[in-house]
Amino acid sequence: MIDNWRDAFIDLGYLISVVMLIVSLNRLSSPATARVGNYLAMGGIVLGTIVTLFLERIDSNYLWILLAIVIGGAIGYVPAMRVQMTAMPQMVAAFNGFGGLAAAFIAVAEFLGIVDVGRGVVLAIVLGGIIGAISATGSAVAYAKLQGLIPSRSELPFNRQLVTAVSIGGMVLLGLIVLLLDVNTASKTLLVLTVLFALVAGVLLVLPIGGADMPVVIALLNSLTGVSAALTGFALNIQVLVVAGALVGASGVFLSMIMARAMNRSIASVIFGSFGASPTSSTTGAGTGEERPTREVSPEDAAVSLAYAQRVIVVPGYGLAVAQAQHAVQELASELQKRGVDVRYAIHPVAGRMPGHMNVLLAEANVPYDDLYEMDRINDDFAKTDVVLVIGANDVTNPAARDDPSSPIYGMPILKVDEATSAIVLKRGMSSGFAGVENELFHNPKTSMLFGDAKASLGKLITEVKAV
Amino acid sequence: MNPDFLLGAYVSVLSLFLGVVLITRVPATLHTPLMSATNLISGIVLLGAMIVLGSADDWWIEVLAFLGVVLGAANVVGGFAVTDRMLKMFRKREPGGGPVAGAERQK
Repeated sequence: MIDNWRDAFIDLGYLISVVMLIVSLNRLSSPATARVGNYLAMGGIVLGTIVTLFLERIDSNYLWILLAIVIGGAIGYVPAMRVQMTAMPQMVAAFNGFGGLAAAFIAVAEFLGIVDVGRGVVLAIVLGGIIGAISATGSAVAYAKLQGLIPSRSELPFNRQLVTAVSIGGMVLLGLIVLLLDVNTASKTLLVLTVLFALVAGVLLVLPIGGADMPVVIALLNSLTGVSAALTGFALNIQVLVVAGALVGASGVFLSMIMARAMNRSIASVIFGSFGASPTSSTTGAGTGEERPTREVSPEDAAVSLAYAQRVIVVPGYGLAVAQAQHAVQELASELQKRGVDVRYAIHPVAGRMPGHMNVLLAEANVPYDDLYEMDRINDDFAKTDVVLVIGANDVTNPAARDDPSSPIYGMPILKVDEATSAIVLKRGMSSGFAGVENELFHNPKTSMLFGDAKASLGKLITEVKAV
Repeated sequence: MNPDFLLGAYVSVLSLFLGVVLITRVPATLHTPLMSATNLISGIVLLGAMIVLGSADDWWIEVLAFLGVVLGAANVVGGFAVTDRMLKMFRKREPGGGPVAGAERQK
């Protein structure tokens, strides 16, 4: 009788935990309730953790479990509170990798311990191990790239495609053998090898993917960790993990599809071939040595045209994050707003290095979120705008994506900056954007360039606007 | 087919659809917090690691499962803290005109 009470408590606890996780995603759909959503998600997992401790299957190692939770919590908490907002993409990548690696460890540990189970469980373990491992090392490489530890596009001393094919082939082949064999010492060794191959494959798959494609990649890796969690749930027969993992898996795939669409590319083309993968094809336009005229502007003149404008739209890009200029741009905007200028921000879906990157940075600088406009909502307003201030954004403003069918980025939806009366571009130098394509906007007679570090340039603009 | 497994299959298919429906409603502004919150949710693998650790007999399995719990807990707590830090910053325009008085805006 007591045991039945215990089972009922466990089942009910898990059910409530699932409901909390689902409602939490629901709450995340509006900035006003999103914080509650996050607390609900945390609450759901805490509840799940407590309930799990009462499972009959767990009969030892309670102290070790609690110790591991405390250690892990500290490992997660300290960097999370210290990280700069500009470094958020790599932080998210790192935590995501933790989850994937945990799933890989669980798969291996569980398989080493089992005696005789059904094929379905073996399948879930093999897939969970593989997917978790790919997510783990893939996230590690994404972290290293975003942190600048390894270059965005790196040349390898060996034939990457070949080694990638071998590691994926080995992983699939060994995984299949594990599935077909009875569970014994041989198949256990092979599973460990399968996961090792998957770890290598994760590195090689993400290594060639460049910075601007990161929003797609991070969302995909997020999804993979979710899927590996769901498979862990299958293997251990806990439905909370299946539900939670599938929710995350679906959300990650969906986000990466939004991101890929915003670049007019398929997810497959992001993973298996990047812009200018072969150096010969990337020379279109950029770097041909032909000098084309651009108009430079002084901070004084730029400040005057901003201060006397009626409508201004700010277009931020990754350069804003690199220069840590989010506070400076907010200060400039509020100076302009004091003078009665209507200032809004136009956010391209793939601006920055992860979905919504710009929104977080500007939120940090106290820009209210109702001043941030998604591309579709603001694109028709550029034509009615006096000055567009482009800060560290490049490819997402290139009219060639709309006008030039021979351009590598042709078809990518862009912000129609060139339709405005004038544009001021803050930029370090004349280097081309990630896609290696020259930006027609910079040579437009309506465009003037203000060269230099974005934060420094904005500082000058603020001083000059105050003086106007 | 094993009924547990079949149930799992139904649950995961329904959850996938539910996930898409829920995520579609999240505005682009919240995509980064959404990602780190889903990140936190995927840290639920922690429960799996706990089960393996609590039922293990061999030391090498215990070591792997222990690391699994550590990583899962780091994922959960880190994901939560980062998401909360971000969401704290999102604010609406102050009521009563605020800094843009005088400028009409069309939505």
